[in-house]
Amino acid sequence: MSKSRNFLLTSVATALLASPVMAEKLGLGRAALPEEVAAWNIDVSPNGDGLPVGSGSVEVGEQVFSENCAICHGEFAEGVDNWPKLAGGMDTLDRDDPLKTVGSYWPHLSTAWDYVHRSMPFGDAQTMSVDDTYAIVAYILYSNDLVEDDFVLSNENFLEVEMPNKDGFIIDDRETSEKHFWNAEPCMTNCKDTVEITMRATVLDVTPNDTTDDGPVAEPAAAEPEQKAEEAAPAAAEAVVAAVAAVDPALVEAGETAFKKCKACHQVGEGAANKVGPQLNALFGRTLGSLDGFKYSKTIVAMGEEGIVWDDATLAEFLRKPKDYIKGTKMSFAGFKKDEDIAAVTAYLKTFAN
Amino acid sequence: MTDRSEDNSPSRRAFLKGSLAAGGALAGATMARAEGPDPLITEKQSWAMGTGDGVDATPYGMPIRFEGDVVRRNVGWLTADTISSINFTPIHALDGTITPQGCAFERHHSGAIELSKDDYRLMINGLVDQPLVFTYADLERFPRVTRTFFLECAANTGMEWAGAQLNGAQFTHGMIHNMEYTGVTLRTLLEEAGLAAAGDFKDKWVYVEGADASSNGRSIPMEKALDDCMIAFKANGEALRKEHGYPVRLIVPGWEGNMWVKWLRRIEVTGQAIESREETSKYTDTLEDGTSRKWTWVMDAKSVVTSPSPQSPIKHGHGPLVITGLAWSGRGAITRVDVSIDGGKNWQEARLSSEGQDKALSRFYLDIDWQGEEMLLQSRAMDSSGYVQPTKAQLREVRGLNSVYHNNCIQTWHVYPTGEAENVEVS
Repeated sequence: MSKSRNFLLTSVATALLASPVMAEKLGLGRAALPEEVAAWNIDVSPNGDGLPVGSGSVEVGEQVFSENCAICHGEFAEGVDNWPKLAGGMDTLDRDDPLKTVGSYWPHLSTAWDYVHRSMPFGDAQTMSVDDTYAIVAYILYSNDLVEDDFVLSNENFLEVEMPNKDGFIIDDRETSEKHFWNAEPCMTNCKDTVEITMRATVLDVTPNDTTDDGPVAEPAAAEPEQKAEEAAPAAAEAVVAAVAAVDPALVEAGETAFKKCKACHQVGEGAANKVGPQLNALFGRTLGSLDGFKYSKTIVAMGEEGIVWDDATLAEFLRKPKDYIKGTKMSFAGFKKDEDIAAVTAYLKTFAN
Repeated sequence: MTDRSEDNSPSRRAFLKGSLAAGGALAGATMARAEGPDPLITEKQSWAMGTGDGVDATPYGMPIRFEGDVVRRNVGWLTADTISSINFTPIHALDGTITPQGCAFERHHSGAIELSKDDYRLMINGLVDQPLVFTYADLERFPRVTRTFFLECAANTGMEWAGAQLNGAQFTHGMIHNMEYTGVTLRTLLEEAGLAAAGDFKDKWVYVEGADASSNGRSIPMEKALDDCMIAFKANGEALRKEHGYPVRLIVPGWEGNMWVKWLRRIEVTGQAIESREETSKYTDTLEDGTSRKWTWVMDAKSVVTSPSPQSPIKHGHGPLVITGLAWSGRGAITRVDVSIDGGKNWQEARLSSEGQDKALSRFYLDIDWQGEEMLLQSRAMDSSGYVQPTKAQLREVRGLNSVYHNNCIQTWHVYPTGEAENVEVS
């Protein structure tokens, strides 16, 4: 009796130390209104809970996908560069390099619908309508050869879609399948006969350079990055001038391709309007931060007030390191690494003079 | 020059003999002898004559410029864009157990957003008696707790499954940090909303999501939510950094970092796991036969020697050498760390800097006399559940090569006679 009572007393004391004990509710916060819950409670579950009424076809989906998703995921959902591939990879999960796509890996269609609807497109999330979301998901299914081209996805047939890898998951079983790792007395001496080195990281050579603490100590020169930018700018400007003087159609074409990275946020051409970023018609000669109706960062407006205008040199500097040139810019793009891309985008933008 | 440069008194010689050379390499384990008077001592130095900065030179202080390379670093080829990416804590250059916020690794899925306390709202809804909305100021009025926990990304060491790949502890093991958090327990907030509506807690879940575009929603079993989860608004005594979820993030002790939702905006009590993108397409572990483990939340016991290591070579010559590293477990406290200098043939117990704390980093040290021999340095952690950190071969035997996540294998550094080190794999 006394033993167990002591134990109880001790654990209660520990709990008092560690956690506040709530005798009753504190009455903090306020009741959430139904429309507030509705605005945020948009998650969709595997059984279809949370799925709104609506529908979308593969045909519409192809168009919507091309306009909003293909820049990163490819026209056929095959993925561009390192961006996620959404289609393909069937029957690769037990191979050396499994390709995990919506089709080959995702167990529930609800996950795709939920993610497209709340988090895509990247940089412009929560802009897809319910019907467009159904259409995009239908197109992703089509890209994975899971539905025909006349398929229409809706809240009514949603649960009928069979995901190929729906049974491919087991719940964490480490405590049984790896029970032998709970081995309180591991070997301490003569644990193996020989030790051979079987692989070295330096053979692969994929580690970023300059990462030791041996690196040179930076002098206290706050202006250094700016100096570098100044040095780089004339070179870039020369490249741009040389390129534009010739008005190379191939360069303009390359610029159109490179501009795909900008298209999610910036419009050009007929009817171009401000989106996430300002429209870019008649850019050259425009004062920085001067378009009516677009909410710029304070820095770019201040730079405009100093009389800075967009020309080959300022644009090149900005596109190379946006956040260095305009501190606090809202543009999330990290910049073009290649001078050729900057020259190409510049040439392309010049074709939209009006 | 000083007035006493010719001083050759016994006490001066005794002082020189009794001190290890400051900055000079040692030829052996014998005491250093000065070749001549050290001008840093014998000449008057500018810092000893003029004055330094005044008190407000840096209202919020940064590390001195000599430490400018102790910074987070990313690996460009890993991800398509830095906005949805990861960088690494410079663990090779840190000591102790607390990670300074400014160099604690970042992982964003839609970038680090700027959300002010005034604009912050936290909603609790779903199977609760009264759905509630809290402001930031409301949260500060609940009874508060302060606790230290490690956060490890499930993908830490993930690039090493197929073989030794990245040459530095920062890159192989730097998706980790350890901070002292201040906030409110998740239980406190759930009880404020009332859990009678949830009925039997078995099979009940808490779905948590952030205010950023990714939302990073995750489902947490009710049992864990009521056990030790926290809503944190301070880390290491000051406000969370933007990149770590300012003004409020979730703390899920011992469980994979992806669940520690940043910019936490909503807590929903549900009758099922939502199976969001982050808990199906990502953060699931594919086994050799193509099936995948899901809900692998706990971070198993793990350790790594942080110095010497490829980014922190031995620079001081032969003699006394401090081998140090970090150990942690999501299943409890670290009870012991063993170190091997011969690739796992023989082990000796390292010294823990203090008694292991539940689900927090432990620091270990092993002091040896190094005479320039090649070493295959390893460390092996044990936790309060009796779990022993496995070798990579043991892990591969169960899981194959394609798990991506949860690689807690024993790491090997090959230390050369020059003191340089390399990431290797051994038999």
